[in-house]
Amino acid sequence: MLFKLAFKNMRKTIKDFAIYFLTLVLGVAIFYMFNSLDSQEAMLQVSSSTRELIKLMITMLGFVSVFVAIILGLLIVYANNFLINRRKKEFGIYMVLGMGKGQISKILLLETLFVGLISLIVGLILGVFASQFMSILVGKLFEADMSRFEFVFSKSACIKTCIYFAVMYLAVMVFNTFTISRYKLINLLNASRKNEQIKIKNLWVCICVFVLGVIMLGYAYYKVTGGVSEISTEEAMLPIIVIGIISTILIFWSVSGFILKLVQLRKSIYFKDVNMFVLRQLHNKINTTVVSMSVICLMLFMTITILSSSLSLNNTMRKDLEEMTPVDINLYKTASLPENNKFTEARIEDSKKTLTQTLIDNGFDMNKLKDMVEIPIYATNNLTWKDTLKPVYEEVRAQNPTLLYDTAEEIVKVSDYNKIARLYNEPEYYLNDDEYIIICNFDNMKAIRDKALQAGSTININGNEYKPKVNECKNGYIEMAGSHVNTGIFLVPDNCNLTEDMKEEAFLAANYNADTDEGKEEIEKIFTDETSSKFFQNLEEKGIEIDGMTKIAIIESSLGISTMVLFIAIYLGIIFLIASSAILALKQLTESSDNKQRYSILRKIGADEKMINGALFKQIGVFFLMPLILAIIHSIFGIQFVMTMMSVLADAKELLPSVIATVVILGVVYGAYFIATYIGSKSIIKE
Amino acid sequence: MEKVLEVKNIEKYYGNKSNLTKAIDNISFNVEKGEFVGIMGASGSGKTTLLNCISTIDRVTAGKIIINNQDITKLKGNQLNKFRREELGFIFQDFNLLDTLTAFENIALALTIQRVKPKLIEERVNEVAKKLNIVDILNKYPYQISGGQKQRVASARAIITNPKLVLADEPTGALDSKSARQLLESFEDLNKNLNATILLVTHDSFTASYADRILFIKDGKLFNEIVKGEDTRKQFFEKIIEVQTLLGGELGDVI
Repeated sequence: MLFKLAFKNMRKTIKDFAIYFLTLVLGVAIFYMFNSLDSQEAMLQVSSSTRELIKLMITMLGFVSVFVAIILGLLIVYANNFLINRRKKEFGIYMVLGMGKGQISKILLLETLFVGLISLIVGLILGVFASQFMSILVGKLFEADMSRFEFVFSKSACIKTCIYFAVMYLAVMVFNTFTISRYKLINLLNASRKNEQIKIKNLWVCICVFVLGVIMLGYAYYKVTGGVSEISTEEAMLPIIVIGIISTILIFWSVSGFILKLVQLRKSIYFKDVNMFVLRQLHNKINTTVVSMSVICLMLFMTITILSSSLSLNNTMRKDLEEMTPVDINLYKTASLPENNKFTEARIEDSKKTLTQTLIDNGFDMNKLKDMVEIPIYATNNLTWKDTLKPVYEEVRAQNPTLLYDTAEEIVKVSDYNKIARLYNEPEYYLNDDEYIIICNFDNMKAIRDKALQAGSTININGNEYKPKVNECKNGYIEMAGSHVNTGIFLVPDNCNLTEDMKEEAFLAANYNADTDEGKEEIEKIFTDETSSKFFQNLEEKGIEIDGMTKIAIIESSLGISTMVLFIAIYLGIIFLIASSAILALKQLTESSDNKQRYSILRKIGADEKMINGALFKQIGVFFLMPLILAIIHSIFGIQFVMTMMSVLADAKELLPSVIATVVILGVVYGAYFIATYIGSKSIIKE
Repeated sequence: MEKVLEVKNIEKYYGNKSNLTKAIDNISFNVEKGEFVGIMGASGSGKTTLLNCISTIDRVTAGKIIINNQDITKLKGNQLNKFRREELGFIFQDFNLLDTLTAFENIALALTIQRVKPKLIEERVNEVAKKLNIVDILNKYPYQISGGQKQRVASARAIITNPKLVLADEPTGALDSKSARQLLESFEDLNKNLNATILLVTHDSFTASYADRILFIKDGKLFNEIVKGEDTRKQFFEKIIEVQTLLGGELGDVI
């Protein structure tokens, strides 16, 4: 009997359930998709070092999934609570008929079970199919060979999804039982008749609070953009975040009153059609929704910021990689090691040799490399950042207290640099006997150095004075890297007195002498594979350390990192988006059924359907738009802040397409929930 | 006299062939301009169905309803809405005021729905409020005023559009006797001084005694009709009681 009742209830309330059910299905599908990454075809086709990264990514996704599960769990409990509240009267009737609370709980238990099972099954089916599409995407991102496409089903992801959601549904059941046990019969029966306490706020107070909120928000915005240089630690962020949250709440608390007052002053708008009704409706409802509106706004803000920043980070990385890896390999070895017992004798001996010599001595076949260039890089403790920034040191230090000002500057002879530049296809430089140039591509550091150059900062190397040739840093680098991280290298004339003991590093750049990708990978193994490479073993034996960076390694790790960031961002972003849209939608649907009476009054006094639907549309539209608008304003500043913080990685020019992509994703999901809510509400208020 | 409402042989059936209920069974009557007509009957007699049909909320099965020379049984969709908001005024038992709006706004809403120019609204609301003696509560919300005041606000909303016919469905049903009396007096006032045509449905004899003429309905049929004429209200009230006793007569036969 209970079983039948529960089943029939579910079918009857399918309209109410629709959005809840849809959200559950989406939640399950996304959860499965991101947890099934490991067994996807694309993952089996990529190279081994990429697979290591993917393993790391899957571990990360595992952690994120726990977080996601918590968010979804809260969403489910919240949504379920809404649905139960709408059915108070029904439970009241059951109780009048003599049903105990235990039995009612059982009905709910069965209902949750039905909804849970069906949503799990539908969600998993959807997830399995959707993950095939994602597989193609992953393949593209990791540049895997996707010619052999197969349909994949991940058993482990399926089991994981089932377990996680089972726990969530269990929580809902416990919560329901608890809620039911607190109900009193009289309140249940009178639930629909219960007078809603209407609190009308003083409009002038609203205006004051609104202005206060705007000022606070403006201050927070200023702090993360104009005053960003003052933020040097994580703790400095905390008050700004708190101010941001409080001002968001204040604004939502007061915005409806503010708008109401504003419109009331314009009689021609206020007394037009049912505008009066819509505005009062908004003003009345927003009182009860301040907290959820703020939470939704902040979630949307995170979604927009996370998605745009990570998409642009990904784009920038890809572009960077092409220009940042002009040759196949860079090798560097510390030169002039001191004779203290920290290093092996063989190593100290070796540190006096050139890299080329070391390679030959350890049995490396030099025919494997072509276009080889080796240069020495110098450094001295007599020329540190403090010295080269001297004219502006106090000012720079005040703004960037955490920089390591005792770092010795790297010095390279200009003709040596030109050899590298020629190989890298970069501009070459020529200096007079008393001039120097700095090459740098790390934006933040470049800005600092430019100040010093504009002040005409002279440097002194072994008694000779040098002045800047130009008043800004030139773009360039010597060591390849996945992003722009060259903090500055000093180019000095060839006749500069650079002594042997100032040699800091031997640097070598070269291409592999092979035409195919396989051939290149074969050569790469000599440097990286400890089991098969005799050369590698020889170095190990003597304790000689050669550092290096290869094109293949940079591309793989960078792709891995950026893809990982992108995946986690999309995962979190979409979950946040779904959660906030679903809360808004459910809230609006409940409001609509609570307001049924008000709409029927409108109808009775002669408003036609078009007017009523218009009022409903405006009302729901404003409720969906308000958090979105504030979230967009938040994210304009939020993204700027992220860009400043990650300037080493992302490029502002890459932002626009990412923002457009984010807006499209947001528009589709959010818009769909909006339309579903409008249609649902329309049918609720129809008689 | 000009006929505002003409009801001609209307019928309203519910249910299907095997189980037919005649809620209204061949009723005809006229209401003239400036009349205050009451419709009385017990629960289930069909008086609310009759009112719903006249107010275009429900459709008749057969017959004609002519209001202001327009056969409303032929109107459809938005024409109906237009007719309802321009020619009729409603007063309900449970006030049906919007609790989120002030009294002023509740009254003004009837005008904004008709797309009256915003400039004129304030003036007209104040005018009607003066007549119903609710000027000092205009800025209050429904939860801040008494039941009688609420019903007067609702009445103001009903007549502000100058409707041809005001339909009142048990307007005193939710009021205490003092408020009921005040409200009925203001109805009388509207009828006499503003020449408003009022059709009032009630089962309460006291409320009905304020009307000029009363139609009694029983089992969907017109049972009796009495006219106040030159009687005082007290005499008229006694007549109503007499008819009501008659109405319940058949039950007495059973006993």
